[in-house]
Amino acid sequence: MQLRDLVRVSLFAALVAALGLFPRLDLPLAGGVPITLQTLGVMLAGLFLGARLGFTAVALFLFVVLLGAPLLAGGRGGLGLLFSPSAGYLIGYPVGAFVTGWVLQRTNGTGVFLRALLACLIGGVIVIHAMGIAGLAWKTGMSLQAALLADLVFVPGDLLKAVASAYLASLMPNQTVAAPRSSS
Amino acid sequence: MIAPHVAQQTWLHRIGAGTKLLTLAVVSILLGWTAQWLALLIACVIILGVYIVTIPAAGTRLKLYRPLLPLLVGIGLLQIYASGWEIALATLLRLVAMMALADLVTATTPMLDMMDALQPLFRLLRPLGLDERRLSLAVALMLRFIPVIMSEWGKREEAWRARTGRRPPLRLVAPFLSDVLRLADHASEALTARGFDMARSDRVDRGTR
Repeated sequence: MQLRDLVRVSLFAALVAALGLFPRLDLPLAGGVPITLQTLGVMLAGLFLGARLGFTAVALFLFVVLLGAPLLAGGRGGLGLLFSPSAGYLIGYPVGAFVTGWVLQRTNGTGVFLRALLACLIGGVIVIHAMGIAGLAWKTGMSLQAALLADLVFVPGDLLKAVASAYLASLMPNQTVAAPRSSS
Repeated sequence: MIAPHVAQQTWLHRIGAGTKLLTLAVVSILLGWTAQWLALLIACVIILGVYIVTIPAAGTRLKLYRPLLPLLVGIGLLQIYASGWEIALATLLRLVAMMALADLVTATTPMLDMMDALQPLFRLLRPLGLDERRLSLAVALMLRFIPVIMSEWGKREEAWRARTGRRPPLRLVAPFLSDVLRLADHASEALTARGFDMARSDRVDRGTR
């Protein structure tokens, strides 16, 4: 990994953290369900850094949170998160960033917005929610169907965040997003 | 921001981070094993008791978990419906006990001790490309970037409000992202200019070990 990549990874890890501390962006919220902007950061990391570095950035964020920094939305942090019912979502974050970047890097043609939207829907919504549901079922012994039901409340917010991320990606100059630097 | 680590010394601070992590792992396996709500209730009472006695201002700290309440209630109701109240109670008690115990470890272990306790794990992960020195640089940079990002965005938000009287729109984030990316690249140039060399830091690191 180049130094430049390492610094960018740290920057996006910080961005994910900042989005949890500073949720003042103008996103319409769905029916009073608390929606953190942190998954927005996860999707942006995948879109801007690509699969590998995006994964690293979000994993770095998660590592620092688990070590005890109160950077998860609501000021939570520490090992307790691993045992909370939402642990699956957290572990899904880096994977979601990876898949988001992977899909974006492997699509071409059509505009950046559609490619990014597809990437965010697959990586940022489907992957994270699937892992979240699995975690919920595992931690609580619920059936997968019941966990799916409990999960549905959070889907509308994440769909909005996927659209927001794709919109932001489409506003960027081409090289920033469409062709993430692939480096070793 | 409420610091997750409690600075005030407690008896738990004096126990090594490794021991605490190991205890946490063992207890999580034990509690995951049993589905007896009575056993879990006893464990929960003991852990919460230690928590309240040990941690100063335990109440304020526990309030941070309030966002989880609706989810816990939902899980409880679904469980009662699907598998009966005994299983539901056992599940909720297990979740509360484990979260409290893990938070107890976090609260009484400084972050640096935790990182030290994880050194053996880092060494195992080294073949996968994980390097402790790069990791600590990345953690330090990340923690430094957070206030930078917040204040940079704060400036833009203020400027937008001053000009329009409205909340900033989403599209304002795009130039912001361009600028913080540029900022990151400047930071890496500055590190290079000050003699930070990724390749060489590796070699020195291996030489001294």
